[in-house]
Amino acid sequence: MYKVDIGKKILIANEEYARKNSRFLAKRKKLCLNMISSPGSGKTTILIRTISELKDKIKIGVIEGDIQTDIDAERIRAATSAVVQINTNGSCHLSAAQVCGALENLPTDDLDLIFIENVGNLVCPSAFELGEAGKIVVLSVAEGDDKPAKYPSIFAKSKVLLINKIDMLGAGVQVDFDVEKVKADARRLNKDIEIFPVSAKTGEGMSSWYGWLTESVGNLRL
Amino acid sequence: MHETMVAQSLLAAISSEADRQNARPVGAKISCGTFDAINDEILCFAFEAVAKGTGCEGVKLEIEHKPIRCRCRDCDRNFDFELSSPICPECGSEKFELLPDAPLLLETIEFQTEQRNV
Ligand SMILES: Nc1nc2c(ncn2[C@@H]2O[C@H](COP(=O)(O)OP(=O)(O)OP(=O)(O)O)[C@@H](O)[C@H]2O)c(=O)[nH]1
Ligand SMILES: [Mg+2]
Ligand SMILES: [Zn+2]
Repeated sequence: MYKVDIGKKILIANEEYARKNSRFLAKRKKLCLNMISSPGSGKTTILIRTISELKDKIKIGVIEGDIQTDIDAERIRAATSAVVQINTNGSCHLSAAQVCGALENLPTDDLDLIFIENVGNLVCPSAFELGEAGKIVVLSVAEGDDKPAKYPSIFAKSKVLLINKIDMLGAGVQVDFDVEKVKADARRLNKDIEIFPVSAKTGEGMSSWYGWLTESVGNLRL
Repeated sequence: MHETMVAQSLLAAISSEADRQNARPVGAKISCGTFDAINDEILCFAFEAVAKGTGCEGVKLEIEHKPIRCRCRDCDRNFDFELSSPICPECGSEKFELLPDAPLLLETIEFQTEQRNV
């Protein structure tokens, strides 16, 4: 037996595609954000509301990742025609190669901002760079306030944390969710993370999120 | 199962080195950071599945998990991040930042000497 030193990154192929996507987007000055959460936190609902309410200011396209169906892509289509569906056929995350193909099928030149809705999963998608400018993690109050402590990776890597479904906190429903604890835990992992408590259902808090998006898109246009 | 994609990429890397060496691989050592969320059992299982029928069938994986390192913003020391007690072990401060996580690396491959014919 003999040993050979390799010292190579294993996900090098994914990283190469991610760099290619990132170059493609930078050249066209398009902002691309990768949205990650557990199933049902409200990614699609947030996207639909955001696209509709910002449509006069920012043109938004969506790459919709799902394990098998096109239900979410159809929901998004009610708000924008710029949607491309990726079915991962069982895989729990999108890969940069899949996003590369999807980018070619979006009318990128007509858009300012491209959202990638990743497969509903709080762990796996955070390990795969897609070439995005930033990750947006969504945590809904129904999931519990221990999630940043239990799943630190995605909170450490995200630019923005959207705490969704805050309408449930005031609705007389028993939800044990301490917003301040989540903010503190997330900031311990990531001192620069922007945190917006929102309700995609009632629209509460969404204007701060829109403010951040508008500014980020504006910075790219400069 | 993101381990499946890791297993496929790993298989490609080991196979190409095996071709270069013209030898039979028997083991590989990989290392990963905490945020890669690699489950050893699932990765070994996934690798076994994709390696079946290839020159990498039977390769044993050894997986090292590296801790997340932090830097204390009060006393400037570096330490390992512990989820159970997220404070600086030197000064007890809660103000620290995480340093970049260790990448997912293929460290070494072990080959059988006998069949080497180069
Ligand atoms: N009360 C309340 N319900 C919400 C809110 N946002 C989303 N929901 C509901 O939560 C459920 C899941 O929302 P989706 O937008 O489909 O969640 P998702 O993250 O896209 O789900 P997957 O794509 O399956 O991972 C739906 O029934 C939404 O109506 C909110 O702010 N408040
Ligand atoms: Mg969805
Ligand atoms: Zn300290």
